[in-house]
Amino acid sequence: MSETGPADAPSVAELFLRFTQVGASGFGGVMPWARRMLVEERRWLNADEFSEVLSLCQVLPGPNIVNMAVSVGTRFHGAPGAIAAFLGLLCAPFAIILLLGALFTHYGELPAISAAFRGISAAAAGLIVAMGLKMAASRRLRSPMAVFALAAFVGIALVRLPLGVFLLMAAPASIAAAAWRSR
Amino acid sequence: MSDALSQLAIDFSLLSLFAFGGVITVLPEMHRTVVEVHGWMSGAEFARLFALAQASPGPNILVVSLIGWKVAGLAGAVVATAAVCAPSSILTYAVSRIWQRFRGARWRSVVEDGLIPVTVGLMLSGGYLITLAADHSFGAFAVTATTVAVVMSTRIHPLWLMAAGGLLGLAGWV
Repeated sequence: MSETGPADAPSVAELFLRFTQVGASGFGGVMPWARRMLVEERRWLNADEFSEVLSLCQVLPGPNIVNMAVSVGTRFHGAPGAIAAFLGLLCAPFAIILLLGALFTHYGELPAISAAFRGISAAAAGLIVAMGLKMAASRRLRSPMAVFALAAFVGIALVRLPLGVFLLMAAPASIAAAAWRSR
Repeated sequence: MSDALSQLAIDFSLLSLFAFGGVITVLPEMHRTVVEVHGWMSGAEFARLFALAQASPGPNILVVSLIGWKVAGLAGAVVATAAVCAPSSILTYAVSRIWQRFRGARWRSVVEDGLIPVTVGLMLSGGYLITLAADHSFGAFAVTATTVAVVMSTRIHPLWLMAAGGLLGLAGWV
Protein backbone atom coordinates (compact mmCIF):
# COMPACT_ATOMS: atom_id res chain seq x y z
CA MET A 1 0.00 0.00 0.00
CA SER A 2 2.98 2.30 0.51
CA GLU A 3 3.12 3.35 -3.15
CA THR A 4 -0.33 4.91 -3.00
CA GLY A 5 -0.12 8.52 -1.89
CA PRO A 6 -2.67 10.25 0.29
CA ALA A 7 -6.16 10.37 -1.14
CA ASP A 8 -7.51 13.60 -2.61
CA ALA A 9 -9.04 16.07 -0.18
CA PRO A 10 -12.68 15.11 0.40
CA SER A 11 -15.61 17.26 -0.69
CA VAL A 12 -18.06 18.68 1.85
CA ALA A 13 -20.67 16.10 0.83
CA GLU A 14 -18.13 13.31 1.26
CA LEU A 15 -17.27 14.55 4.76
CA PHE A 16 -20.94 14.40 5.68
CA LEU A 17 -21.38 10.94 4.19
CA ARG A 18 -18.30 9.30 5.70
CA PHE A 19 -18.93 10.74 9.16
CA THR A 20 -22.52 9.50 8.91
CA GLN A 21 -21.14 5.99 8.44
CA VAL A 22 -18.74 6.44 11.35
CA GLY A 23 -21.48 7.72 13.65
CA ALA A 24 -23.87 4.91 12.87
CA SER A 25 -21.33 2.10 13.12
CA GLY A 26 -19.76 2.63 16.52
CA PHE A 27 -21.10 0.71 19.49
CA GLY A 28 -19.61 1.69 22.83
CA GLY A 29 -17.00 4.02 21.39
CA VAL A 30 -16.85 5.61 17.97
CA MET A 31 -13.22 6.71 17.90
CA PRO A 32 -11.80 3.39 16.60
CA TRP A 33 -14.19 3.60 13.65
CA ALA A 34 -13.21 7.18 12.98
CA ARG A 35 -9.54 6.18 12.91
CA ARG A 36 -10.26 3.30 10.57
CA MET A 37 -12.15 5.54 8.17
CA LEU A 38 -9.72 8.50 8.29
CA VAL A 39 -6.40 6.67 8.30
CA GLU A 40 -6.95 3.25 6.77
CA GLU A 41 -9.87 3.51 4.35
CA ARG A 42 -9.94 7.10 3.07
CA ARG A 43 -6.38 8.08 4.00
CA TRP A 44 -7.43 11.68 4.62
CA LEU A 45 -4.91 11.70 7.50
CA ASN A 46 -1.81 9.61 8.11
CA ALA A 47 -1.27 7.91 11.47
CA ASP A 48 0.80 10.77 12.90
CA GLU A 49 -1.64 13.43 11.80
CA PHE A 50 -4.44 11.43 13.38
CA SER A 51 -2.62 11.21 16.72
CA GLU A 52 -1.93 14.91 16.61
CA VAL A 53 -5.57 15.81 15.93
CA LEU A 54 -6.67 13.36 18.62
CA SER A 55 -4.42 14.91 21.24
CA LEU A 56 -5.83 18.32 20.36
CA CYS A 57 -9.38 16.96 20.72
CA GLN A 58 -8.51 15.46 24.09
CA VAL A 59 -7.06 18.65 25.50
CA LEU A 60 -10.09 20.71 24.45
CA PRO A 61 -13.36 20.36 26.36
CA GLY A 62 -16.29 18.53 24.79
CA PRO A 63 -16.83 15.02 23.46
CA ASN A 64 -13.58 13.91 21.80
CA ILE A 65 -15.25 12.32 18.80
CA VAL A 66 -17.36 15.42 18.09
CA ASN A 67 -14.22 17.55 18.34
CA MET A 68 -12.51 15.14 15.94
CA ALA A 69 -15.27 15.56 13.33
CA VAL A 70 -15.18 19.36 13.70
CA SER A 71 -11.41 19.48 13.49
CA VAL A 72 -11.15 17.23 10.41
CA GLY A 73 -13.99 19.11 8.72
CA THR A 74 -12.26 22.42 9.44
CA ARG A 75 -8.96 21.13 8.11
CA PHE A 76 -10.39 20.39 4.67
CA HIS A 77 -13.22 22.89 4.22
CA GLY A 78 -13.32 25.43 7.07
CA ALA A 79 -16.70 26.13 8.63
CA PRO A 80 -18.82 24.32 6.01
CA GLY A 81 -16.64 21.24 6.39
CA ALA A 82 -16.91 21.38 10.18
CA ILE A 83 -20.70 21.64 10.04
CA ALA A 84 -20.99 18.81 7.49
CA ALA A 85 -18.82 16.43 9.53
CA PHE A 86 -20.59 17.41 12.78
CA LEU A 87 -24.07 16.82 11.35
CA GLY A 88 -22.96 13.64 9.62
CA LEU A 89 -21.58 12.22 12.85
CA LEU A 90 -24.64 13.00 14.97
CA CYS A 91 -27.78 12.85 12.79
CA ALA A 92 -28.20 9.08 12.41
CA PRO A 93 -27.32 8.14 16.01
CA PHE A 94 -29.59 10.95 17.24
CA ALA A 95 -32.55 9.51 15.31
CA ILE A 96 -31.73 5.96 16.43
CA ILE A 97 -31.41 6.85 20.10
CA LEU A 98 -34.70 8.74 20.15
CA LEU A 99 -36.40 5.79 18.50
CA LEU A 100 -34.98 3.50 21.20
CA GLY A 101 -36.05 6.02 23.83
CA ALA A 102 -39.61 6.03 22.47
CA LEU A 103 -39.73 2.23 22.42
CA PHE A 104 -38.37 2.19 25.94
CA THR A 105 -41.05 4.59 27.16
CA HIS A 106 -43.77 2.39 25.69
CA TYR A 107 -42.42 -0.97 26.73
CA GLY A 108 -40.00 -0.11 29.54
CA GLU A 109 -42.62 -0.74 32.21
CA LEU A 110 -43.11 -4.34 31.11
CA PRO A 111 -41.64 -6.49 33.88
CA ALA A 112 -39.34 -8.40 31.54
CA ILE A 113 -37.93 -5.24 29.95
CA SER A 114 -37.38 -3.43 33.23
CA ALA A 115 -35.75 -6.56 34.70
CA ALA A 116 -33.41 -6.82 31.71
CA PHE A 117 -32.58 -3.12 32.02
CA ARG A 118 -31.63 -3.47 35.66
CA GLY A 119 -28.96 -5.91 34.47
CA ILE A 120 -27.91 -3.76 31.50
CA SER A 121 -27.63 -0.65 33.71
CA ALA A 122 -25.50 -2.54 36.23
CA ALA A 123 -23.15 -3.71 33.46
CA ALA A 124 -23.01 -0.22 31.89
CA ALA A 125 -22.00 1.20 35.28
CA GLY A 126 -19.26 -1.42 35.49
CA LEU A 127 -17.91 -0.30 32.09
CA ILE A 128 -17.47 3.24 33.39
CA VAL A 129 -15.79 2.12 36.61
CA ALA A 130 -13.42 -0.07 34.60
CA MET A 131 -12.58 2.79 32.23
CA GLY A 132 -11.71 5.02 35.20
CA LEU A 133 -9.60 2.30 36.81
CA LYS A 134 -7.75 1.62 33.56
CA MET A 135 -6.90 5.30 33.22
CA ALA A 136 -5.89 5.43 36.89
CA ALA A 137 -3.49 2.53 36.31
CA SER A 138 -1.74 4.30 33.42
CA ARG A 139 1.87 5.33 33.64
CA ARG A 140 1.12 9.04 33.66
CA LEU A 141 -0.61 8.77 37.00
CA ARG A 142 2.29 7.13 38.83
CA SER A 143 3.50 10.36 40.32
CA PRO A 144 2.52 12.76 43.09
CA MET A 145 0.11 14.22 40.51
CA ALA A 146 -2.23 11.36 41.46
CA VAL A 147 -3.24 13.46 44.45
CA PHE A 148 -5.31 15.58 42.04
CA ALA A 149 -7.23 12.46 40.94
CA LEU A 150 -7.95 11.72 44.59
CA ALA A 151 -9.01 15.34 45.18
CA ALA A 152 -11.39 15.14 42.21
CA PHE A 153 -12.95 11.94 43.52
CA VAL A 154 -13.40 13.33 47.03
CA GLY A 155 -14.67 16.71 45.80
CA ILE A 156 -17.07 15.47 43.13
CA ALA A 157 -18.17 11.96 44.15
CA LEU A 158 -18.18 12.33 47.93
CA VAL A 159 -18.59 16.03 48.78
CA ARG A 160 -20.66 16.60 45.59
CA LEU A 161 -19.22 20.02 44.78
CA PRO A 162 -20.54 21.61 41.59
CA LEU A 163 -18.11 20.77 38.77
CA GLY A 164 -17.45 24.41 37.84
CA VAL A 165 -16.53 25.36 41.39
CA PHE A 166 -14.24 22.36 41.70
CA LEU A 167 -12.49 22.88 38.35
CA LEU A 168 -11.88 26.58 38.97
CA MET A 169 -9.91 25.56 42.05
CA ALA A 170 -8.35 22.29 40.93
CA ALA A 171 -7.43 22.84 37.28
CA PRO A 172 -5.14 25.86 37.83
CA ALA A 173 -3.50 24.12 40.81
CA SER A 174 -3.01 20.91 38.87
CA ILE A 175 -1.61 22.66 35.77
CA ALA A 176 0.68 24.76 37.97
CA ALA A 177 1.94 21.58 39.64
CA ALA A 178 2.57 20.00 36.23
CA ALA A 179 4.47 23.12 35.12
CA TRP A 180 6.55 23.08 38.29
CA ARG A 181 7.36 19.39 37.82
CA SER A 182 8.47 19.91 34.21
CA ARG A 183 10.97 22.65 35.01
CA MET B 1 -38.64 29.02 25.35
CA SER B 2 -40.22 27.18 28.23
CA ASP B 3 -38.48 27.15 31.59
CA ALA B 4 -37.24 23.60 31.26
CA LEU B 5 -35.89 24.26 27.76
CA SER B 6 -33.93 27.36 28.71
CA GLN B 7 -32.67 25.61 31.82
CA LEU B 8 -31.46 22.70 29.67
CA ALA B 9 -29.77 25.10 27.27
CA ILE B 10 -27.94 26.96 30.04
CA ASP B 11 -26.91 23.98 32.16
CA PHE B 12 -25.77 21.78 29.28
CA SER B 13 -23.83 24.46 27.45
CA LEU B 14 -21.81 25.02 30.63
CA LEU B 15 -21.23 21.26 30.84
CA SER B 16 -19.88 21.41 27.31
CA LEU B 17 -17.01 23.67 28.30
CA PHE B 18 -16.16 21.62 31.40
CA ALA B 19 -16.17 18.26 29.62
CA PHE B 20 -12.42 17.67 29.51
CA GLY B 21 -12.01 14.06 28.43
CA GLY B 22 -15.55 13.65 27.17
CA VAL B 23 -19.04 13.08 28.49
CA ILE B 24 -18.06 10.64 31.24
CA THR B 25 -16.19 13.32 33.14
CA VAL B 26 -19.34 15.44 33.37
CA LEU B 27 -21.55 12.52 34.32
CA PRO B 28 -21.46 13.44 38.03
CA GLU B 29 -22.41 17.04 37.22
CA MET B 30 -25.14 15.91 34.82
CA HIS B 31 -26.53 13.65 37.54
CA ARG B 32 -26.35 16.48 40.07
CA THR B 33 -28.19 18.89 37.75
CA VAL B 34 -30.82 16.53 36.38
CA VAL B 35 -31.61 14.45 39.48
CA GLU B 36 -30.64 16.53 42.49
CA VAL B 37 -31.08 20.18 41.47
CA HIS B 38 -34.07 20.03 39.11
CA GLY B 39 -35.60 16.68 40.04
CA TRP B 40 -36.37 15.96 36.38
CA MET B 41 -36.01 12.22 36.96
CA SER B 42 -34.99 9.67 39.58
CA GLY B 43 -31.44 8.37 39.89
CA ALA B 44 -32.59 4.97 38.64
CA GLU B 45 -34.15 6.51 35.54
CA PHE B 46 -30.97 8.48 34.89
CA ALA B 47 -28.98 5.25 35.08
CA ARG B 48 -31.41 3.54 32.67
CA LEU B 49 -31.14 6.34 30.10
CA PHE B 50 -27.38 6.18 30.39
CA ALA B 51 -27.43 2.41 29.83
CA LEU B 52 -29.68 2.90 26.81
CA ALA B 53 -27.21 5.41 25.35
CA GLN B 54 -24.33 3.00 25.97
CA ALA B 55 -26.22 0.19 24.25
CA SER B 56 -27.07 2.31 21.23
CA PRO B 57 -24.74 3.00 18.27
CA GLY B 58 -23.00 6.36 18.05
CA PRO B 59 -21.18 8.68 20.44
CA ASN B 60 -22.25 8.16 24.06
CA ILE B 61 -22.65 11.94 24.42
CA LEU B 62 -26.14 11.29 23.02
CA VAL B 63 -27.28 10.39 26.52
CA VAL B 64 -28.01 14.12 26.72
CA SER B 65 -30.45 13.78 23.80
CA LEU B 66 -32.37 11.20 25.81
CA ILE B 67 -32.33 13.37 28.92
CA GLY B 68 -33.52 16.38 26.93
CA TRP B 69 -36.22 14.31 25.30
CA LYS B 70 -37.40 13.02 28.67
CA VAL B 71 -37.56 16.57 30.05
CA ALA B 72 -39.11 18.44 27.12
CA GLY B 73 -39.82 16.13 24.18
CA LEU B 74 -38.21 16.44 20.74
CA ALA B 75 -37.40 20.13 21.27
CA GLY B 76 -35.70 19.18 24.51
CA ALA B 77 -33.61 16.56 22.72
CA VAL B 78 -32.48 19.02 20.06
CA VAL B 79 -31.75 21.80 22.57
CA ALA B 80 -29.85 19.54 24.97
CA THR B 81 -27.75 18.01 22.19
CA ALA B 82 -26.96 21.36 20.59
CA ALA B 83 -26.16 22.91 23.98
CA VAL B 84 -23.72 20.20 24.94
CA CYS B 85 -22.00 20.13 21.52
CA ALA B 86 -22.01 23.71 20.26
CA PRO B 87 -19.73 25.59 22.70
CA SER B 88 -16.97 22.96 22.63
CA SER B 89 -17.32 22.55 18.85
CA ILE B 90 -16.99 26.28 18.23
CA LEU B 91 -13.90 26.31 20.43
CA THR B 92 -12.48 23.31 18.54
CA TYR B 93 -13.19 25.02 15.24
CA ALA B 94 -11.39 28.18 16.35
CA VAL B 95 -8.40 26.31 17.79
CA SER B 96 -8.13 23.96 14.77
CA ARG B 97 -7.60 26.99 12.55
CA ILE B 98 -4.58 28.19 14.52
CA TRP B 99 -3.32 24.91 16.01
CA GLN B 100 -0.39 24.40 13.63
CA ARG B 101 1.31 27.33 15.33
CA PHE B 102 1.30 25.54 18.70
CA ARG B 103 2.79 22.29 17.43
CA GLY B 104 5.11 20.85 20.03
CA ALA B 105 4.65 23.86 22.30
CA ARG B 106 5.73 22.99 25.83
CA TRP B 107 2.62 24.40 27.50
CA ARG B 108 0.52 21.90 25.57
CA SER B 109 2.02 18.93 27.37
CA VAL B 110 1.99 20.85 30.66
CA VAL B 111 -1.76 21.48 30.29
CA GLU B 112 -2.30 17.83 29.40
CA ASP B 113 -0.23 16.54 32.30
CA GLY B 114 -2.13 18.82 34.63
CA LEU B 115 -5.60 17.91 33.39
CA ILE B 116 -5.19 14.15 33.13
CA PRO B 117 -5.21 13.37 36.88
CA VAL B 118 -8.29 15.55 37.37
CA THR B 119 -9.98 13.80 34.44
CA VAL B 120 -9.23 10.41 35.94
CA GLY B 121 -10.74 11.46 39.28
CA LEU B 122 -13.85 12.69 37.45
CA MET B 123 -14.17 9.40 35.55
CA LEU B 124 -13.97 7.44 38.78
CA SER B 125 -16.56 9.76 40.32
CA GLY B 126 -18.84 9.10 37.34
CA GLY B 127 -18.42 5.35 37.77
CA TYR B 128 -19.10 5.57 41.47
CA LEU B 129 -22.23 7.71 41.12
CA ILE B 130 -23.73 5.79 38.21
CA THR B 131 -23.16 2.55 40.14
CA LEU B 132 -25.03 3.92 43.14
CA ALA B 133 -27.82 5.10 40.85
CA ALA B 134 -28.09 1.84 38.90
CA ASP B 135 -27.57 -0.84 41.54
CA HIS B 136 -30.19 -1.55 44.19
CA SER B 137 -29.60 -5.22 44.93
CA PHE B 138 -26.80 -7.60 45.72
CA GLY B 139 -27.19 -9.13 42.25
CA ALA B 140 -26.80 -5.74 40.57
CA PHE B 141 -23.60 -4.97 42.48
CA ALA B 142 -22.33 -8.42 41.55
CA VAL B 143 -23.00 -7.72 37.85
CA THR B 144 -21.18 -4.36 38.09
CA ALA B 145 -18.21 -5.90 39.90
CA THR B 146 -17.98 -8.80 37.45
CA THR B 147 -18.13 -6.39 34.50
CA VAL B 148 -15.28 -4.37 35.99
CA ALA B 149 -13.19 -7.51 36.52
CA VAL B 150 -13.83 -8.81 32.99
CA VAL B 151 -13.07 -5.48 31.30
CA MET B 152 -9.86 -5.11 33.29
CA SER B 153 -8.59 -8.57 32.41
CA THR B 154 -9.85 -9.33 28.87
CA ARG B 155 -10.43 -7.50 25.59
CA ILE B 156 -14.04 -8.63 25.21
CA HIS B 157 -16.39 -6.18 23.45
CA PRO B 158 -18.51 -4.16 25.96
CA LEU B 159 -21.74 -5.02 24.13
CA TRP B 160 -21.40 -8.67 25.19
CA LEU B 161 -21.18 -7.63 28.82
CA MET B 162 -24.29 -5.49 28.57
CA ALA B 163 -26.07 -8.38 26.83
CA ALA B 164 -25.00 -10.72 29.63
CA GLY B 165 -26.27 -8.21 32.19
CA GLY B 166 -29.58 -8.04 30.36
CA LEU B 167 -29.94 -11.84 30.36
CA LEU B 168 -29.15 -12.06 34.07
CA GLY B 169 -31.75 -9.36 34.65
CA LEU B 170 -34.31 -11.31 32.61
CA ALA B 171 -33.50 -14.40 34.64
CA GLY B 172 -34.47 -12.41 37.73
CA TRP B 173 -31.02 -12.35 39.31
CA VAL B 174 -30.52 -8.59 39.40
